[in-house]
This record gives sequence, structure tokens and C-alpha cells, in this order.
Amino acid sequence: MADLGIDALVREFNQRRPRGLARAISWAESGRGAELIRRLYNRTGRAITIGLTGPPGVGKSTLSSAIVRKARSLGKTVGVISVDPSSPFSHGALLGDRIRLTEHFVDPDVFIRSMASRGHLGGLAGASADAALLMDAFGLDVILIETVGVGQSEIEIAELAQTTLVALQPGSGDSIQVLKAGIMEIADIFVVNKADHPMANQMRREIRGMMEMLQFTGWVPELVMTQALSGEGIDDLWRAIESHVAYLHETGEIETKRREAFTHQVRQLALGRIQKRLQHELQHARTDVDPYAAAGILLAHFNMGDDEEGGDDGDQAARPRAVVKGLT
Amino acid sequence: MARPLRIVVAKAGLDGHDRGAKVIARALRDAGMEVIYTGLFQTPEQIVQTAIQEDADGIGLSILSGAHMTLFPLVLEQLKAQGAEDVVFFGGGTIPPEDADELRKLGVKAVFTPGAPLQEIIDFVESECGKRRELVG
Repeated sequence: MADLGIDALVREFNQRRPRGLARAISWAESGRGAELIRRLYNRTGRAITIGLTGPPGVGKSTLSSAIVRKARSLGKTVGVISVDPSSPFSHGALLGDRIRLTEHFVDPDVFIRSMASRGHLGGLAGASADAALLMDAFGLDVILIETVGVGQSEIEIAELAQTTLVALQPGSGDSIQVLKAGIMEIADIFVVNKADHPMANQMRREIRGMMEMLQFTGWVPELVMTQALSGEGIDDLWRAIESHVAYLHETGEIETKRREAFTHQVRQLALGRIQKRLQHELQHARTDVDPYAAAGILLAHFNMGDDEEGGDDGDQAARPRAVVKGLT
Repeated sequence: MARPLRIVVAKAGLDGHDRGAKVIARALRDAGMEVIYTGLFQTPEQIVQTAIQEDADGIGLSILSGAHMTLFPLVLEQLKAQGAEDVVFFGGGTIPPEDADELRKLGVKAVFTPGAPLQEIIDFVESECGKRRELVG
């Protein structure tokens, strides 16, 4: 097959051929997504997007497979975006999430795409948002985005997905871990997987204990126990997802979610371009002055030289969903 | 920016020996490629659907069960049926030389047998899959 120009690609995409979607995602991954997204953007906004995050080995891919099975039993078409890390040294990647998803490979209504993080640090790949948009435009009903195995601070997924599942591993850490970890604050639904593990109930108590300490604005996270491998608890999980989706629509919060996803992507795109430019400018950075001065001189090229030389303010804080009771 | 080559490494049929496949997967990864590993016991249809959805540049099939004369042709058939013949199909395993010749005639781009140097495999994949990439963009 010869090279597809964009017209041919969009035609293939419109005929709902998997190859069209597959190639479109590749285009987005190689920085050629702009024209493609422009043409297809007005067809997005229909799909439910579910994010699934948690530490390595907790069973994210097995949970994905079980969720796909459930969604398919309800007649929904499904897209899965599964992110694994790239090697920071070779830039290669070993993408192994499919191993748990094999039962869905030949289902024409399930489309699975493995993505390498390619140096992106937030738990997603740079083009994950594009891939989600493309799957949405392709007409898939449910889009499941599985992050790399994350630790305590990779919370991008909560911006991109409408409903965020945080999968937790019984026997991993005490109540202080539960209180401090950043990913604990992004859960719409906590999933304690491997519910047959001897420590599973303790994990549940820890999370309940944490939640009792907190006062939530809006949605109060649900807690579901699952055994992804046997399918135990998956019906409960699906019900929790549905009730969160219903909540988003009833309260109008879905609009906030959509805006967040949009802003997330705009920020990614803008940062990508700034970073590229910065990388270039850094080669000519002054080395005969102090670092603050060098940064100021460099940023003058960006019309930013006069900015207050702030230290690191961190990201602008999003509104927390919950604070400790008694603090108003 | 250059997008890394994407290769599906697959195990098909009743064949539980994937040490070789894992070594190849790791070698291609270390050479800077993105390797999608399917896991064991795949059907030719599963392998080809995976390659299509992943927009893979190549499929490397490992067979140590003796069923190579059945499974390699079935994958070729699937590739044809799906209009995905541009995907570079190669493989390896315990395959006698006369069978390897036959498979190459059928359209398998390369057959690597025990003792093949990893660098040779990497060079082959880079060159053949690189050509495919140039063709389809």
C-alpha cells in the first residue's frame, strides 16, 4: 500500500476501517496531528472516557480486559489506549499490556492501541489525548485510557478522563501512604483489586478511614473491591462508573471535565512547542553569568525577560476535591 | 520528529517457549524500537489484527513447536486478506533449512534460526521495516 495522503487517510477513517484509525494515531504520534484533528474535531464529544491508573503490578491491564468485556456485553464499542514507559536510554519500549487483553483482539468492535510514553512524565504519552479524540471521532462508545504504572504524583489522567479509576494493591503501605499520595486525590472510584488477598480488607479500611476524615465537595469517591482475573466485582465497578457518569451529567460537571481535558491538551501542545524552542535556545545560553541572569537573557528571546524571576511555583493548584473535616 | 519503528513480536499456537521471543523483544527495544509483545498462544488472526491496530511496521513470529509450515502461511494469508501486505513479516525458531527456504519463497521476508547474531536481526529489521516506513509515511 502506498503512502496515504491526508485525504485518503480521512477517507479510510470515515469508512471506519481500523487501519485508518491506526494510521491516524501514528500521524498524531509523529507530530502530524494538526490537520487531521482539525478535520475530525467536530465529530468528537460523544464517547465516555475512563482513566485507569495505579502502581505497577496492581492489575490495571487485567482490569481493563474485564471492563472491556463488561462494556461489550452491553453492546458498546470500546477503544483502549494503553501506555507503557519508553526507555530513557534507547528510547525503545517494550509494550506488554496486550498480553492481558488477548481475548479482545479479534473483536471488530474493540480497538486497542499500545503507546510508549516517549519521555513524557505524567503517566501518559504526549499523543494520548489525540488518540482519545481520534477514537471518539471514529465512533467508539467507551474509551479506556490505562496509564503507565504510577507512583504518587502522576495525575494527568484525571484531566484527560471524565471518570478516573485508581487501582490499589492490598498490602502496599499503611494509612500514611493512603493520606499522602497524590494519586489518592484524583480518584472518582477506588478499586481495590486482588480482593482475595489477605490484606484486602485492611486496604479497604484504610481508604474508608481516610475518606471519613475528609469533607468532599461534589462527588464522593466510591470504593469497589474486585478480582479482575475472575471478574468478581466488575459489575459493581461498572455500576459505579455509570453512577459517576450520571452524576457528571446531572450536575453539569461534565462541561467542567470537558474543559479540563481541552485545556490539558492545549497546554501539552503549547508546552511541546515552547520546549522545542527552548532546547534550541539553550545551546546558545550564556555561561559567563549566574543562572538567574542567564535564564533572564534567554527568556528575553521569548519576550519574557522582564518577568519576575520566580522560583518554582509548581503547577497552578487545581481546586482540591476534598479537604480535612473542620477546615473550611 | 522521527517516530520509532514499531514491531509486533508474537508467539502462535501451542508453543509455550518464549525465552527467544523475549530476547528478541528486548534486543529490538534496546535498538530503539517500540516492541508490542502479544503473549503466548495467539492465532494468526489475533496477530494480524494486533499489527493493524498498532500500525506495526513488522511482525516477528517465533515458533519452536514444529508447526511453522502451518502457522507462517496462515499469517501470510491473514495479511493478504486484511490488505496489510506492506507489514514486513519475518520469523525464527527451530526451523530446518529446507523449510526456511520454502517459507521465504512463500513471502516470509527472513527466517532466523538458533545461533543467528542479534545484530544481524536488528540490522534486518531496521532496514526492511525502515523501507516500509518510508513507503507508508
